[in-house]
Amino acid sequence: MEKRTEIRLAGEGGQGMILAGIILAEAAAIYDGKQATQTQSYGPEARGGASRSEVVISDVEIDHPEVLSADVVVALSQEAYQKFAKTVHSGGLLIVDEDHVAVRADFAGVKVPIARIAQEATGKPITANTVALGVLVGMTGMVSKEALEKAVIARAPKGTEEMNRKALAAGFAAAGGRKAAA
Amino acid sequence: MTIQLMQGNEAIAMGAIAAGCRFYAGYPITPSTEVAEVMSRVLPKVGGKFIQMEDEIASMAAIIGGRVGGLKSMTATSGPGFSLMQENIGYAAMAEIPCVVVNVQRLGPSTGQPTAASQGDVMQARWGTHGDHQIIVLCPISVAQSFDLTVKAFNLSEKYRTPVILLTDEIIGHMREPIELPDFDIVEKFERLVTDTPDNYKAYRNDRGDVPALAGFGLGYRYHITGLFHDEVGFPTQRLDEIDPWLERVSRKIETADDILLYQTDYEAGARTAILSYGASARTARHATKQMRAKGEKVSLFTTQTLWPFPEKAVEELADSVDKIVVPEMNLGQLALEVERVVGRKKVVRVNRANGDMITPNMVLEAAEA
Repeated sequence: MEKRTEIRLAGEGGQGMILAGIILAEAAAIYDGKQATQTQSYGPEARGGASRSEVVISDVEIDHPEVLSADVVVALSQEAYQKFAKTVHSGGLLIVDEDHVAVRADFAGVKVPIARIAQEATGKPITANTVALGVLVGMTGMVSKEALEKAVIARAPKGTEEMNRKALAAGFAAAGGRKAAA
Repeated sequence: MTIQLMQGNEAIAMGAIAAGCRFYAGYPITPSTEVAEVMSRVLPKVGGKFIQMEDEIASMAAIIGGRVGGLKSMTATSGPGFSLMQENIGYAAMAEIPCVVVNVQRLGPSTGQPTAASQGDVMQARWGTHGDHQIIVLCPISVAQSFDLTVKAFNLSEKYRTPVILLTDEIIGHMREPIELPDFDIVEKFERLVTDTPDNYKAYRNDRGDVPALAGFGLGYRYHITGLFHDEVGFPTQRLDEIDPWLERVSRKIETADDILLYQTDYEAGARTAILSYGASARTARHATKQMRAKGEKVSLFTTQTLWPFPEKAVEELADSVDKIVVPEMNLGQLALEVERVVGRKKVVRVNRANGDMITPNMVLEAAEA
């Protein structure tokens, strides 16, 4: 069977998690030369509500395009955590924003103050999605850091490139020595 | 050429531009809106026209008018809008006006679930408009195929003077995948030239092949367009000797064509089980097929891009070599009805899901291994 990596990025609508999924898929497909699919699920509302983005990365052609058993779940909100924490397989990686998610007693994932890091690094909480990508890739290496940076910059609105670079670097730094297989 | 990450809906719009579509009329609706968004941005740059209409009835009427005026035309919609378009789709079939109608299927009936996927319009695409008629329905399984089949839809539509439905779904339409767009100048485009002079031109003549050329309105060719049964010039008729030849010709032109049926076979020698699917569910079917083969189980895979006309000879051949055909689809069993018609009910195992979620590979595996 193909070796596939499945990632689920979840938060509130408007937090940019769907865009984060697109950027991750672009890093893999355009800059790292892999196969990738990105799908999403959202409610009818433009903001608020639970929103999730799914990315599948593989070295070979991807068949079923959605996540079946997540290798990584990133949850930026309580609702996202409650809905998707259980979808990560044993041995997978669960990353939560510790300021916005109250975890259960048996929590075995990684807590990172993602929104707070974004605020401190750029003064803009809206860069939390870029920070989350930095943490995710810093910990797993599922795509190269260079590919991710190129993908983030290619998607950054004009004038926000430096801010996004800072947010990404802060994410990489927060990943620090923490490594996880994915 | 460069690799881009693109949504299926965006690839449909690019395919339309590549195929020579220069007129789009539509009423945006989730999950098809990206088609309209891209067309509204790109069409004016290539000399085309984009119109946002007041509703889907008008949208369908406008693209018929657009093509009669001489421009290749398209609209895109989803369930509720597709329902409204049915009357004019029949008009396009009756008047033999080429046009492409994209339906990005969402959960229905009625307003259903706008952001949830479905394959519930398979039968509607075939029989949604009243009366006996022929129609071509194509269904992509990837972003790249969304581009290719849109080009194909335009070419078949022109070649056979018929509406063509591109029946995709929310999964394939919204999914992003890498795609390398070809140079649009080298994309094959079918154009049927009018060889008759205005004096002897007949828009519906039955004596020169099955597909008379369609002359653009306002270019000196005179003909009448109506939804009534008509004679060779297009005027209403009740004469059986005019109705019968027309009916035979428009049925024959699609039934006997050898380039409409598109499907892929991946047969394994000795397999007694086959999986047959289309659209998003075909991705799941392919996944399950590979899983079974990795376990050493023999299984064949049949993926069809043409839903209508149904590739019945190919499916008949498939059935001859297996005991069981598993048909996964995101509805309560629609294409399965057609498979059952061709191969008999005993051999067909349905795998259905109609709640907005994709069928999983495990659901297909369980049915195939049972």
